[in-house]
Amino acid sequence: MIKIEAVVRPERVNPVVDALLEVGCGGYHVANVTGKGTQQGVEVFTGRGATTTIRAALPKSVITTVVRASLKDVVVNAIIEAAKSGEEGQIGDGKIFISPITEVIRVRTGERDDAAL
Amino acid sequence: MDSGSIAWMLAASALVLFMTPGLAFFYGGLVRGKNAVSTVMYSFAAMGVVSVVWVLWGYSLAFGGAGDFIGNFAYLGLKGVSSTGNDIHGAAVPDMLVAIFQMMFAIITPALITGAFAERFKFKTYLIFLVLWVTFVYAPIAHWVWGNGGWLLDLGTLDFAGGTVVHINAGIAAIAAAYLVGKRRNVDRGVEPHNVPFVIIGAAILWFGWFGFNAGSGLAADGIAINAFLVTNTAAAASMVVWLILGNIHTGKMSAVGAATGVVAGLVAITPASGYVGPMGSVAIGIGAGVLTFYAVRFRYKFGFDDALEVMAVHGIGGIWGALATGIFAVGGIGLIDGSARVLGYNAIAVVATIGYSFIVTFVILKILDVIPGLGLRAEDVEEDGGLDIALHGERAYVGDGAD
Repeated sequence: MIKIEAVVRPERVNPVVDALLEVGCGGYHVANVTGKGTQQGVEVFTGRGATTTIRAALPKSVITTVVRASLKDVVVNAIIEAAKSGEEGQIGDGKIFISPITEVIRVRTGERDDAAL
Repeated sequence: MDSGSIAWMLAASALVLFMTPGLAFFYGGLVRGKNAVSTVMYSFAAMGVVSVVWVLWGYSLAFGGAGDFIGNFAYLGLKGVSSTGNDIHGAAVPDMLVAIFQMMFAIITPALITGAFAERFKFKTYLIFLVLWVTFVYAPIAHWVWGNGGWLLDLGTLDFAGGTVVHINAGIAAIAAAYLVGKRRNVDRGVEPHNVPFVIIGAAILWFGWFGFNAGSGLAADGIAINAFLVTNTAAAASMVVWLILGNIHTGKMSAVGAATGVVAGLVAITPASGYVGPMGSVAIGIGAGVLTFYAVRFRYKFGFDDALEVMAVHGIGGIWGALATGIFAVGGIGLIDGSARVLGYNAIAVVATIGYSFIVTFVILKILDVIPGLGLRAEDVEEDGGLDIALHGERAYVGDGAD
């Protein structure tokens, strides 16, 4: 089992979770975060008199899902396709992190691992 | 001049102005958080732009001279509009006070339209739209119904506080705007109002301000104002109860957004009637408004037409019902129940004329703005996806992090 964490643009959350469900993920969770990657910050007004500043920490969303290892490529491709801006993509489209999971337990039934996904 | 009436009309004008920030919160709570600043600014900006237009030429176009269809340029810059006497309106308060009161109506009417194109309309284009719409749509229709020599006034149309001029007018303009700007992206998924207490605050401020709107429209502190105050409150209340009950019948739950929408619908419907109907008439108008607007909203959903915040269903349908209901429930030998069908007929003519004129001229104005290079109606897709707040205003409603 693997955990796939995708950091994406907040406006891409809907397309990404639709794509996840389509390729057979059993579930996911979403957290809204702010942070800094390669992308430049966003310019915001900070005071009266049109003072602006660049806020380095940008709003992003992290979508986390745990799936069977065999689903890795299809899930990753689905996320990339749904999260990319246009054909070429743009800086700020996000990043995907994959890590192993040693155990999964369903609270209600006590089922373990693949049966609990 | 009657100093009591002057005092009341100054206060009533301030009440009506306060409705526009109320509308800002009502609409602001209904949209997604990424468009909260943008939606609030549509209403707030109308207070700036329309106030200036009104003083420069808006008032004169609406109330100058005695033409059938439009005013003239006699009062440009409010020149010659007296703050001590009344030569223009024949009211118990000075002309300048009527001009102030009417200015607040001109501000909120185009702000109402913004519900139709919220979450996707370009802000700069909107500011130009405000100028053109108040000049070419609002001022003429205000003249028809309230100006000296206006053809609907002479015909015998009764619109006490602006059901036709404000609400039907805005509702129909909303259809033209929603059609031309098109559907929001990804809207079929459904849009959850991002802040329900904002919606309630907004509806409550509108309700409060509406006492100035309706009880001020007699331009005097008298028995008509007292009656208008009572029927305004009653119709709003009755319509709220209807929305709660119908919502419960269809979903098993009683929605707060539904209650707020019902209140606005009841207020819209009582507006043209508030000087002419009694307490029981206002109960009937409120119930009718609740039922009609509730099903109008449901129909709009099935239809898939993206009038984002239900301007047509609430203000258009509620306004049309109010105009016709004035002809039905008006007391003193005026309404259908009291023995005369004449006002019902006159008001039906006013409804049809307003629908036709408002739709066509709004459509033409927006079409022109759409093709002018550098303007255009609709924000870019990427701006819409990320939210208009950052894209067009450089500000956010909610800054959830402590990072800098």
